[in-house]
Amino acid sequence: MNIKVKTDKLKLWYGDKQALNGVSLDIYENKITAFIGPSGCGKSTYLRCLNRMNDLIGGVTIKGKVTLDGHDIYGVGVDEVAVRKKIGMVFQQPNPFPKSIYDNVAYAPLMHDMVKKGKECDALVERSLRDAGLWEEVKDKLNESGTTLSGGQQQRLCIARTIAVEPDVILMDEPTSALDPISTQVIENLMTKLKEKFTIIVVTHNMQQAARIADYTAFFHLGNLIEYSETEKIFVNPQEEKTEQYITGKFG
Amino acid sequence: MDNYFHIPQLAKRKAKAKRFKYIAMMALVASVAFLAFFLSDMIIKGHGAFTQTYVKVPVLINEKTAKFTHLAVDRKEYGFMVSRAWLRGLKNTLKDTPEWMNTNKERWTLANSNVDQFIKGKYNRLKPEQIKKIEQMQKDGKVERRFNNIFFEKGDSKIPEFSGFMASIVGTIMTMIITMLIAVPLGVMTAIYLEEFAKDNKFTQIIEVNINNLAAIPSILFGLLGLAIFINFFGVPRSSPLVGGMTLALMSLPVIIVSSKAALKSVPDSIRQAGFALGLTKWQIVRDHVLPLAMPGMLTGAIIALAQAMGETAPLIMVGMIAFIPDISTSFLDATTVMPAQIFTWSGMPERAYIERTAAGILVLLGILISLNAIAIYLRKKYTKTW
Ligand SMILES: Nc1ncnc2c1ncn2[C@@H]1O[C@H](COP(=O)(O)OP(=O)(O)OP(=O)(O)O)[C@@H](O)[C@H]1O
Ligand SMILES: [Mg+2]
Repeated sequence: MNIKVKTDKLKLWYGDKQALNGVSLDIYENKITAFIGPSGCGKSTYLRCLNRMNDLIGGVTIKGKVTLDGHDIYGVGVDEVAVRKKIGMVFQQPNPFPKSIYDNVAYAPLMHDMVKKGKECDALVERSLRDAGLWEEVKDKLNESGTTLSGGQQQRLCIARTIAVEPDVILMDEPTSALDPISTQVIENLMTKLKEKFTIIVVTHNMQQAARIADYTAFFHLGNLIEYSETEKIFVNPQEEKTEQYITGKFG
Repeated sequence: MDNYFHIPQLAKRKAKAKRFKYIAMMALVASVAFLAFFLSDMIIKGHGAFTQTYVKVPVLINEKTAKFTHLAVDRKEYGFMVSRAWLRGLKNTLKDTPEWMNTNKERWTLANSNVDQFIKGKYNRLKPEQIKKIEQMQKDGKVERRFNNIFFEKGDSKIPEFSGFMASIVGTIMTMIITMLIAVPLGVMTAIYLEEFAKDNKFTQIIEVNINNLAAIPSILFGLLGLAIFINFFGVPRSSPLVGGMTLALMSLPVIIVSSKAALKSVPDSIRQAGFALGLTKWQIVRDHVLPLAMPGMLTGAIIALAQAMGETAPLIMVGMIAFIPDISTSFLDATTVMPAQIFTWSGMPERAYIERTAAGILVLLGILISLNAIAIYLRKKYTKTW
């Protein structure tokens, strides 16, 4: 198995408050890796380190190493904008641009000069919407605003928008926690399909979700990585006491 | 009565709430009454200025009177009722109507302001026999009130019936063009920089506090600043729309910065996050996703700043825009006046006829300001997106 993303003793401080205490983790290509753990344990923080979204917050100090395909994403001369093109992100709250459905998908690829306006771009938009399982629902109203869609549709639009720039890795921070069970299932199915093309890392509070879709699961607690292995192992036979307590609902 | 729900203090608490409600309502009534009083006072005083009296008198035109136009009407009989300004303008009128030459006919002429005020039932300085004469002419249908196009076509004049508001309307428009051309781009750019690009550190915090303070500085100080910098240092011509516009731009700048910043702040951060996560640059995100959403708020702020600047007099007095301007200016370097300055000038004139012009000027200015605010509200309603 190929290691896609690798972090080595990753530490992070918000001001002088430490949020990550040295996390070392290998994430495998074309797998779904789930992060679980109680609220405030640093899952989102860790996730946001992987595409340098934390750079946007003032007063953050990051130490340690994060590599994509062996290349340091925090290396000298590495532009964080270029990193984010390779490592996309989907957020908890669907956040489509207040533009047409078409423009939501087409905007970034056009800005990255990946396609030309016109047929080429139309094809990419269709392909991305198909991959996100949204095409059939929106093909007749591509010019309507993305914000008129339902929450689940909006989230799939955000996924379509992300895969349109053809990243290697997609980070998802609780992508279904704002959605109803049916939309959640649609997105879960979508994720298992997407892992053929992308490496997916997902933060979730829903343990069943992790068990259903993740190949690997990491358990975080108080800024530490407690346990990381195949999902089955974590849920059936956890090695650490804390992990067991958490997944059996003894704390959280 | 069912005592099950009884709360001992309730009646008292309710009475208190009621009392407060009535006090608040009275405040509202009082402020509306003030406004209504002011407005009706202006309308009562000013509506007269929208019409002007004309009288039909014999006008003799020959070689001599064409040269000395004040002799064209019989001094003794009609001299008091015909406007000096009309007689002065006769030379020009003759250029357009050469067929008037060598005639002695009754013609409609602009009435003197005393006659005009008499016809409008206001205080005037006509003598009893003059009044008799006018009344006779009225019976003969030789006195007429027409729409006052002089008011909307001409500039100021020392002859009240010949003075108009147009020079100051044009002056205001030209001044505002300069103000907006300077203040809007500068203010919006500053706001974008502070809100989207600047790091949040001590330095930017100090700048922001000072911008907020700037918005509260008495406007006359901006006038002094304009006088010192633009006129004395850069040598921009006094009284010109250019210097007035630049001075008002100084004043509008903080208002526009503050409102643009608020508009940018109201754009949800999730939009920016979405852009960053797609590998977009900051400028792409701001230009194509944040600005369109902030635009209505920025526009509203700019219009309100414009309306504020339009009603401003004090800083313009400092840069000499309170001049006597009979001609409509055609360049940004000509001496000009603006609406509030013209109103101020008229309000200090001794002739009675200027009172109604003062009020009419206020009505025009108010009308423009109210329309601007209405446009601002309309824009905000129309373009406010929900998501
Ligand atoms: N922008 C920030 N500034 C300062 N502290 C922060 C910031 N973001 C997160 N933290 C702190 O860092 C710690 C980890 O937060 P993080 O958001 O990563 O938790 P999480 O595991 O994602 O929690 P949740 O499951 O509730 O989303 C928390 O103690 C939080 O208070
Ligand atoms: Mg989180």
